[in-house]
Order: sequence, then structure tokens, then C-alpha cells
Amino acid sequence: MIAPTVAHRVREHIVDMCAGPDGGHLGGSLSLVEILTTLYFDVLRVDPANPAAADRDILLLSKGHGAVALYAVLAERGFFPVGDLTTFGRPGSKLMGHPVRAVPGVEMPTGALGHGLALGNGFALAERDRRCFVIMGDGELQEGSVWEAAMATSGLGLDNLMAVVDRNGLQLAGETEATIALEPLADRWRAFGWAVREVDGHDPGALATAFRAGEPGRPVVVLASTVKGKGLPFIQGRAESHFARLSERQHTRALAVLRARQNRGAS
Amino acid sequence: MTVPARAAYRDLLIRLMAADPRIYCLDTDTGLFAGADFGPAAGRYVNLGIAEHNLMGVAAGLAASGKIPFVNTMATFATTRALEAVKIDIAYNHLPVRIVATHGGLAAGHLGPTHHSLEDLAIMRTLPGFTVVVPADSAAAEEAVLQTLDLPGPAYIRLGRSATPPIDLGPITVGQAQRLRDGSDIAIFACGPYPALAALGAAEQLAGRGIDATVINMHTVKPLDTAAVLAEARRMPALITVEEHWRAAGFGGLIAETLCDHAPTRLTRIGMPETFAELAGDQAFLLEHYRISHKEITTAALALLADVGTVLGGVRNDAGLSRV
Repeated sequence: MIAPTVAHRVREHIVDMCAGPDGGHLGGSLSLVEILTTLYFDVLRVDPANPAAADRDILLLSKGHGAVALYAVLAERGFFPVGDLTTFGRPGSKLMGHPVRAVPGVEMPTGALGHGLALGNGFALAERDRRCFVIMGDGELQEGSVWEAAMATSGLGLDNLMAVVDRNGLQLAGETEATIALEPLADRWRAFGWAVREVDGHDPGALATAFRAGEPGRPVVVLASTVKGKGLPFIQGRAESHFARLSERQHTRALAVLRARQNRGAS
Repeated sequence: MTVPARAAYRDLLIRLMAADPRIYCLDTDTGLFAGADFGPAAGRYVNLGIAEHNLMGVAAGLAASGKIPFVNTMATFATTRALEAVKIDIAYNHLPVRIVATHGGLAAGHLGPTHHSLEDLAIMRTLPGFTVVVPADSAAAEEAVLQTLDLPGPAYIRLGRSATPPIDLGPITVGQAQRLRDGSDIAIFACGPYPALAALGAAEQLAGRGIDATVINMHTVKPLDTAAVLAEARRMPALITVEEHWRAAGFGGLIAETLCDHAPTRLTRIGMPETFAELAGDQAFLLEHYRISHKEITTAALALLADVGTVLGGVRNDAGLSRV
């Protein structure tokens, strides 16, 4: 198990980046924190000193707008210096609002939604014995290309691919169910030939268990129940947290809240 | 007649796959590989069904893993339905995916505008790093595949549907214009099998009227052999382009841009007018109907030369060849 301090530090980095002059995708990054930290610190075979190692596992953040969470986790994992995070979004930085391959540890650029699962199919097909993880947002599942790819994953029997859905229930402008409903989501994935695991997306232990082993012959999707904006009571669970440029006052308040939670030992 | 370029390509790909374990053949229920025997490479033939976005994403994932995927679909599906995946997953990452797109231009004939592809060259030539080849016959299709096989970046190879006559003037070199006929009065740049044949037909017609036309097969749209274009622009009073594509932004548009940048020259662009095909008909019928033909080229050449004053009453006026 990873230390909860890692997730705490990642949340602080996310808040710091979203307080920069250009802002960032705050809510959907905070909902990803335990998913990404569990994968990078507890599950994935990766080597920060050799990001292109032939025997590495593949992770694709299909919801590329979660970039600030990914950058924070990659930096904490040692792919690049934590100090680089202060350049996020600044002129000349490689840390763009959506991830690019020039950032050590980023496999593919993402941000246009509905691309990751098809890419994952290709990575999984190329090396049938390496593991591939594709993290999608729940709103992203409205893209038809996701289901085109989902059909292919099971159709080709790519059991080395695991999909993860950051099911925070909110998309940019409101609730997924009030937009174009996704439920019954687990049944939909099952109908597409996938095994479904439903877990608390903020419980590192449960996530690690869900991520650790696939199922022979068919792909697994982990539906991770999460909270958009998790960790910041004044924004969590609100669609408005989707993109934020935190003011100095909000930034200070957010860090204080995170530190208080950390001191209380909350996850 | 020879075999259709797509059949020649298929047979070549099967041979290449047997020898090169990097090569994958990704199919989308095209039928092109029905009954094909891939032998020991059978595991690298994957029919992904009718799903072109997934096709391009899978290709990108394979290519990012060191493979060379050949993706197979029709030109219109490759470049319009799946364009975002082609742009973001393949072009942006400069991955060695080979998009072999059949039914280019009007090749789908009576199947209609849903299956015609009259904008693909405009699209593909804008994507950074793509090599774009339009072979004019089966032999050229094979050369295009072989010569782009080890490129580090992506390639788009546009094929037709049915067999077309061989151009038969030796192998092409991707990236280098192929001179089919050498003349001194006007230059015709053709892109694609029927345009090349039409250009050669027009050159014969023009010869009967004392006009000596150069005909160049511009099989490679990107990277463009700019030097070949400019060499003709600098020695000819006018140029003509011929393509099986909407006139907007395609091959003729590319030549117009090139001339505008380097050597402004009179140019007539022959291609599909701004309309979807409004009636059934095979490729040859549609080309004739929409005036992508040797007659149209001849008419354009005469009009251009009359306009620039090098042909007076059908007789060449050498003095008129000097131009600003």
C-alpha cells in the first residue's frame, strides 16, 4: 500500500497548478488522485529512469483533461522533477493543459475524448503479455468511439487491457445522468463483453485489488466511484469544479483544507 | 488492362508480412483479403470490423509499440469519418502507420457520393509529416508501398477500385515527379490514374495542333517535388493540373499555392466541380460527365495559350513565349 501522504502531495500540486494564471481542470483531476497514485505507486511496472523500457506496463489517460493529476503523479513518482510542475501552462513549458508525449512517462497525447481505448487496443494487441490500463472519464463514455473500441477489446479477447472509469457523475455542465444518461453503466459494459468491477475510487486498497489481476479471455473495466473535486469541500461534487483558476484566497484556503484533512489522517 | 492496384497491393502486402514480423494488416471488413492465405503471418491479420475510429487508434497503438500497421478502408472513411484519430493519434505522434485507402476519387462509381472521396487529398496534405501518394497504376502502387515501408512517419496511399491501364514508363520514385512526356509549350501535371491517362490523351490531341505538351505524373502529393513544378513554371507560359478530387484545396490547390509562393504562373485546375455526383454511372462515365477528361485538358490548354498570346489562330507564336 502506498502512503496517504503521496495522494495528499498530489492534491496540493493539483491545487497549485490550478491556481496558476491559466487555471486547470481541477475537479476531474482531484477525482483521479487515488486511481493514478495506486496505479503508479502500487500496480504498474514502470521505470521512471527509463520511461520507454520495453517491459513496462502501459497507462493511457484517455481523459486527458486530467493532465494536472497525471503530471503531479508522474513527478512524485520521479519521472521528472517536482519543481517542473510550477511551469504548468506557462509559455514554453511542455506541461500543457492536455498531456503530450514530450513529458516523460506520457505514452500518448490525449484530450480529444474517446481516443484512449482504441489506442489501448493497439498497445494490447502489439504485446499480448503486457498490461495496458486506459482511464476514461464517465462523461467521455458518451463518445461513440469508446463503444466501438470496447466492442473490439472484448471481440479480440484482449484480456491484458483493463479500463478504468472515473465515475464522478459530473461532466462539464452538469450531471451525466441529466445530460445523456450512462446508467445502467455496469450492465452496458457487461453487454459489451467486459467483466465489471465496481469499487470506491478513493480507496487505494480496493483499487489495488481491482487493478491487480485481469480475467482470462475477457477485458475488465473498473468502475471507480469517485467525487469530482474530492478533498475540497467548497467545490467537491459540483460541476463548476470542472475547470478553475483559483484566486489567491481560494488557493490558500484549499491548501489549508487539504493540510487539515491530512493532519486529521483523512484519506 | 492489368490487375487492380488494390489487388496488386494486397498480394504484395501478404508477401511482405511473411518476411517482416513488424507488419500488421488491419482490415475493416473490406473483403479485399477474403480467402487470402497469410501463412505464418495469419496472427498479424486482424479484421476489426466496421469501425474506422477504432481502426486508426489500434494502428497508432501498434505503431507506438514498434509495429508497422497497414490499415485498410475506403478513402472517404479513412479521411473523413476517422479523421480525428488520424490527426491526433497518428499524425500528431508521427507514427509509421500506412493508410491504404481504396475507392479514391470517383472510383466507387455508381455507389454514389457516400463512397466517393473527393476531399481526401486536401485533408491529408495538411496533416504535418504525412507522406501522400496517389499511384497511377498497379506497379506504382507496389512501389509506393515498398518505398514508404521504412519511413519513420505515416503514409497515405490512395488507390482506386477497378483496374486501370498501366502507365508503363518505368518505376516511380516516391517524392520525385515522373515525366511521362516532354514538351516545350505547356505543362500538364496529373495526379492519379485517370488524370494521367487524360493528360497523355490531351497531349496527343494538342500535338495534332502543333502544341507540344509536357506531361508529368505527380504521384506524390506530399512531399511535393517543388523543384519539378517550379522548373516547368519557369519555362512554360502556363500550367494545367488534373485531379480526381474537388477543385477546392486539392492537388491543383497545392500547385497554385506553390506557384503563388515561388513563381506566379497562369494555371488552370481541372477537377471535380463543386458538387456531389448527382447521377449514377461508373468511374469513366462520371469523369467524362464532370469534365475530368482529355477533351477538357485540351480545351484548357488552347484557352490558356491563346490568353497568354503564344497561340494565334492555332499556330504557335514563339515570340509570345517570353513572359514577365
